[in-house]
Amino acid sequence: MDIPTLESLNLLAVLPAIILAAYTGLLLVVDLFIPNENKQRTALLAILGLGATGVALGVQINQYSAIGDQMAFGGLVIVDGYALFLQGIFLLSAILGILMAMNYLPRRGIERGEYYSLILFTTVGSMFMALANDLMVVFVALELLSIPLYVLSAFIRDDPGSEEAGMKYFLLGAFSSAFFVYGVALIYGGTGTTSLDGVAAVLAGEALNLPLALVGMGLLLVGLGFKVAAFPFHMWTPDVYQGAPTAATGFMSVGAKVAGFAALIRVLVTAFPGAAQAWGLLVIAIAILTMILGNVTAISQSNAKRMLAYSSIAHAGYILVALSAAQFPELAQEASSAALFYMLTYTITNLGAFAVVMAIEKDDGSGVEIEDFAGLAKSRPAVALMMLIFMLSLTGLPVSAGMVGKFFVFGVAINAASQSVWLAIVAIVGVLTSVVSAFYYMRIVYMMYMRDGDEEAEYPAIKPALGTALAVTGIGTLVLGFLPTLLFDAAQRALIAGL
Amino acid sequence: MSEWTFIALLLVTAFIFPAIPIVAGTLLGPRKPNEMKNSTYECGVETVGDTWVQFKVQYYIFALVFLVFDIELIFLYPWAVAYNQLPLFGIVAGVVFIITLAEALVYAWRKGALEWL
Repeated sequence: MDIPTLESLNLLAVLPAIILAAYTGLLLVVDLFIPNENKQRTALLAILGLGATGVALGVQINQYSAIGDQMAFGGLVIVDGYALFLQGIFLLSAILGILMAMNYLPRRGIERGEYYSLILFTTVGSMFMALANDLMVVFVALELLSIPLYVLSAFIRDDPGSEEAGMKYFLLGAFSSAFFVYGVALIYGGTGTTSLDGVAAVLAGEALNLPLALVGMGLLLVGLGFKVAAFPFHMWTPDVYQGAPTAATGFMSVGAKVAGFAALIRVLVTAFPGAAQAWGLLVIAIAILTMILGNVTAISQSNAKRMLAYSSIAHAGYILVALSAAQFPELAQEASSAALFYMLTYTITNLGAFAVVMAIEKDDGSGVEIEDFAGLAKSRPAVALMMLIFMLSLTGLPVSAGMVGKFFVFGVAINAASQSVWLAIVAIVGVLTSVVSAFYYMRIVYMMYMRDGDEEAEYPAIKPALGTALAVTGIGTLVLGFLPTLLFDAAQRALIAGL
Repeated sequence: MSEWTFIALLLVTAFIFPAIPIVAGTLLGPRKPNEMKNSTYECGVETVGDTWVQFKVQYYIFALVFLVFDIELIFLYPWAVAYNQLPLFGIVAGVVFIITLAEALVYAWRKGALEWL
């Protein structure tokens, strides 16, 4: 084997991810010398690093139309529109996640500098999930993404609920990683390569003669299904989301899920077009069951964090609807851009919803029952209005980002319906379960606006950091609702030379 | 299928190989049991006291910190052997690796993991 030279690695192509990785390492050491009472500085430094990475990414996006797709690390990593768009989502969610934590951690008495470093580590992992063009890179990125999240879930060390969350997430996450590695091993056994393009080339035309690779593909679906919390691999989600500190829950409900989908879509569409019929049916079945289970179970929840956990399962189902349309090569591009756009709307809206939960959560972690939203419109009109926007968007009602996202996702499934009746069915189930979801989202709105709450209820003060996060997510949700073409075009352009 | 035949052969051999001395020992060896011989073998020394004792968690932390050096050694040894044939990238990769590990050590040190309490 030849040892690569510095030039052949094309490190410049992955500069944003490298900047963030190096900065994270630096921040971990710098944080050691920041006194405990000044950990907000670590948070600001973390945001600074994310901002610098964002600038590098912006330059890359700017040059993308001129340069086009690039490979790095000898083809292990691909920098295409798909990866650039997703990296933008990850940076955005990391910045919002840190802004929310800056306010939340000191109140819960758990502000340790590692929190911010861990968020950056996860973000680096997510970025490589989007960049990966080889199953081994996907795996390493998956671990870099997951391990910090296990720690973040257990961050309230003396709280049994948080410990339980961390333990459950770790055990099931490790289990799913094992599935993933086994899948990679079988695919290597069947095709002799782990490169996505290589697998596609071997599978072309004779996928059904390579059962080993097909079983491997199924195992990859299991491993990544855990990460995105799709049925029947969603079991950990409610407990982990409820037990983890709310700031971490909000962050991982978008970061881990979007990164999981980033890899899932890339792997299935790039490496397994030859087996599209096989995974197409699997994805349709998983999508239907995920949407039904998530939405129906969310109705009976009394805890807002748990309700949002089931809601996030349901949203994984909607993204799977878009993925199921990607089994037809001529629709793969449209389906992927619909999924990308949906992930962007979901990221902004869901982070916003968790920011509101944080805004009413008491210092001991209680006060996040749905009952606790009662009378919020009177005592905190601005926060209630924000929550109204987010709930409308999560339901998918007009003039919100969520409506546009669902429109694209179901639209691409309807477009594909002429090819297979199953696509029509999955779209219909999606629309029907969206109606069901209105029931539990609107219950919070009903609580806030129609019910009188405890007059004496005291809500914690909203500090500038959380206020900024709320404002950004709220405005973002509205802007994406009013001007959807703005970013959908970007999502589509992102894919022209992509997948 | 010929490669699989070898694996099957290896599997069978792997079972037979350790079985032979055990069976042979039972059949051929003289049998003169006494109390000493029948006792549980524990590194030659009998256990004193209850084995269900709590260990200081610091042993665990020390073992983790030891891994820094352990892994460093394993990877740096072949790197050092091939050093004069490496291109620039090989040097850079090695240095990045050492810096990463050193950072972990600095972190553990600064957090007090090396103080024995």
